[in-house]
Amino acid sequence: MFGFCFGRAHALFLSILLLSCFALPALAGPFEDSVAKFANDEFSDTEAAVGEVASSGNPQAFPIISSLKDGRLSADPDSKKVFITQADGKIVDAASGAAVDKLPDNAAAVRLNNRLRRSVEAALGGLTLLSPDPARRLAAAQSVFKSHEENLLPTVDSALAKESVKSIKQAFTEARAAIILFKSDASESDKLDAISVVKARGDQEALALLTSLGGDAPPLVAKAATSAVAAIQSNLAMWSMVQNAWYGLSLGSVLLLAAIGLAITFGVMGVINMAHGEMVMLGAYTTFVVQEVIRTRYPALFDYSLLIAVPLAFLVAGAIGVLIERSIIRFLYGRPLETLLATWGLSLVLQQAVRTAFGPTNREVGNPSWMSGAFELGQITITYNRLWILCFTLAVFAILLAMLRYTALGLEMRAVTQNRRMAASMGIATSRVDALTFGLGSGIAGIAGVALSQIDNVSPNLGQSYIIDSFMVVVFGGVGNLWGTLVGAFTLGIANKFLEPVAGAVLGKIAILVLIILFIQKRPRGLFALKGRAVEA
Amino acid sequence: MTPHILTRSLDRAATSFILIVAGVGVLIPLSNLLMPQGSIFQVPTYLVALWGKYLCYAILALSIDLIWGYCGILSLGHGAFFALGGYAMGMYLMRQIGSRGVYGNPVLPDFMVFLNWDKLPWYWYGFDKFAFAALMVLLVPGLLAFCFGWLAFRSRVTGVYLSIITQAMTYALLLGFFRNDFGFGGNNGLTDFKDILGFNVQADGTRCALFFLSCLALMIAFLICRAVVTSKLGKVLIAVRDAESRTRFLGYRVESYKLFVFTLSACMAGVAGALYVPQVGIINPSEFAPGNSIEAVIWVAVGGRGTLVGAALGAVVVNYAKTFFTSGPLAPYWLFMLGALFILVTLLLPKGIVGTFNAWWEPWRTGRSTGLAADEESAAREDGIGAANAAE
Repeated sequence: MFGFCFGRAHALFLSILLLSCFALPALAGPFEDSVAKFANDEFSDTEAAVGEVASSGNPQAFPIISSLKDGRLSADPDSKKVFITQADGKIVDAASGAAVDKLPDNAAAVRLNNRLRRSVEAALGGLTLLSPDPARRLAAAQSVFKSHEENLLPTVDSALAKESVKSIKQAFTEARAAIILFKSDASESDKLDAISVVKARGDQEALALLTSLGGDAPPLVAKAATSAVAAIQSNLAMWSMVQNAWYGLSLGSVLLLAAIGLAITFGVMGVINMAHGEMVMLGAYTTFVVQEVIRTRYPALFDYSLLIAVPLAFLVAGAIGVLIERSIIRFLYGRPLETLLATWGLSLVLQQAVRTAFGPTNREVGNPSWMSGAFELGQITITYNRLWILCFTLAVFAILLAMLRYTALGLEMRAVTQNRRMAASMGIATSRVDALTFGLGSGIAGIAGVALSQIDNVSPNLGQSYIIDSFMVVVFGGVGNLWGTLVGAFTLGIANKFLEPVAGAVLGKIAILVLIILFIQKRPRGLFALKGRAVEA
Repeated sequence: MTPHILTRSLDRAATSFILIVAGVGVLIPLSNLLMPQGSIFQVPTYLVALWGKYLCYAILALSIDLIWGYCGILSLGHGAFFALGGYAMGMYLMRQIGSRGVYGNPVLPDFMVFLNWDKLPWYWYGFDKFAFAALMVLLVPGLLAFCFGWLAFRSRVTGVYLSIITQAMTYALLLGFFRNDFGFGGNNGLTDFKDILGFNVQADGTRCALFFLSCLALMIAFLICRAVVTSKLGKVLIAVRDAESRTRFLGYRVESYKLFVFTLSACMAGVAGALYVPQVGIINPSEFAPGNSIEAVIWVAVGGRGTLVGAALGAVVVNYAKTFFTSGPLAPYWLFMLGALFILVTLLLPKGIVGTFNAWWEPWRTGRSTGLAADEESAAREDGIGAANAAE
């Protein structure tokens, strides 16, 4: 049996080589007989036909089997002719590949059942194992790993022998191990080797493969498999922790970005700005406008669109912030509840204004090339846009911190926060500082909008989805303290992502809200509360 | 001497408010039922239902005015109590459908059959009895407000922090009620009601009765609020609003007063929701949206915070305007107007319609009798409001 298969595989290999060299016409005879079996409308015959066609080495084999999979293969039971309806609607004779005008009247699609579908998948996997396209070879190796179809072993062996790409070679080795593991007449030591190969792979599919091995394996093999399963499981659990932590960091960075402007307006100035989310939205729409201009005028600059949008969004949102402070908020200092209502009204106006100007639907903001894609780190996938947003958030945070610490405006801002009357007595123009502080907070919200436009829908409601979360972060972290906001955002982000797999996304979020409500009872001033007389103001 | 004038003038306003509501509550149903169809004196049924809805909003506004206007607690989650009362009533109405639902299940509401549930969740038990449902309308919002307030007021969460966590509360409930497995109909909520106490909810007679009941509830709620705010308890509440720490130092247990009035207000909001649901015919999770609660606060601000009459008036005026604008060609501009309303009222009309009217009307009226006293009085009131604002 083994020798026979091996011989067949060689024949297949050779015939493919030959065909690719000389492009011989389709072989007559046995291949056509095999194809004709599709017309018998018997599942067993179809299965036999799949096997024979797949191993025939005929160039029609791939189109036949893939069209069978998609239900585009039809057969005429009278003439025993089989036809392929191509994706573009053209019809060809399956065995010869010759074009046909139309299907015979009584031709019917060749039927499949679930068992057949598996052998079709396996056959397709085998057919593409030797494909010249590395991506297809890799995909085929993965599919063989899953199906571990025994009669593909010779093909895998020959593919392994001539493979030169390292990662694909590894995939072939793993596929081979999977086949050996399920091959009834493989030796025990081969199987043990196979288990160690699968164990080294260590992902969800390896786990599925090993658990499906079942109890009828020899005791030594079963024992090795059990210990491999345990090892993979603990490995996977570790990676899922890492994955959750990464998601948490990513969510935390988004929360921090949205809340950091609020930490200034609410935390430093004590102004409840319910229109904060709309500043974020304005930043996102600024990005949209910048990208539109670039797309129509200077398409080459597309990759720099975000770099252009960041300062613009800061200016747009900051200018509107100063305008709001001068026209509304300055009349409401010391009346936080009224400020809350007025800025809520403002947020309605801004939303509606944007809806009128840009329409109520989502606008498309593209990812520049350096922000799209992802890379694998162990068992987890890290997307570049999330990674960039994390870095960007930390950079914004650091710049803001430095600004408050080392610039004259920062000094004045801190002075006004700590003691407004004393600061005024020392000659600081407090109303100017107020306006600039509010503008700064709004401008940072605008910058946040640029980043959020990369991962969220840019719609007039963008801001609303962040406003409650942002307030939670600021209140949780402690008002008037940027470090509190940082810790608060990442704590909430990570807690949320660790709760999600346990409780589900929505329940996790509810749990977080309830926890924050309870937390505020315990520490009404947040994690990092300001101390001293300023608190009572 | 001066408080006497104040109470008398307010009494007059209160009496006329009660009379107007009573008149509306009797005359509109009568005109709907007795006048011939198409007569100009006949109020169409859809208007009865619409104004019934406004009345429910007025009760909600009263409940907010009670805590915000007199105790300084700005709740941005009162819509949650309103919606909970509504859900309690909605559950009763769902059970009344019985086997007339689409799936014809005598016990399970349609959405449960649709979700393949085989028995009623425990928290639906008892809602087939009206008395139990009516009790729950008061109890569920009241209990939530009691627990929430007990935690919040005891740890002295005040001002803006309280507003934000009430908002978080209603947001958490919004997320929860959107879930199908909560057992409250998920996204679609509860609807397709048939009967209330054996009467068809769609029938003109039932609608008129509900309208009358809404008027009655508004009057009762108003009288309760009046009784609370004019009593000694009400004086303490105002003291808490204007200077919380000072009141505490005088020996009052501020948190108990706040807790009482917060719970009472939540129960009133629950009743408003319960009357709202049969008239509107649906209750769904969007009632929990934080925006709704904030909108309810602006009704109070428009009408006049701390005036009771003003709160009810504001609710009716703003909602009438909303219906008027959103159903006409001006619909896209409604949010501009609502937003502008928020801004202009807080900036230019901090006392609201009724408060501003009082400020004009009173000196003129009292000026005829006791000129000097009135000046002193209005000056004292100005100070009070200033202090209230500063205390926040």
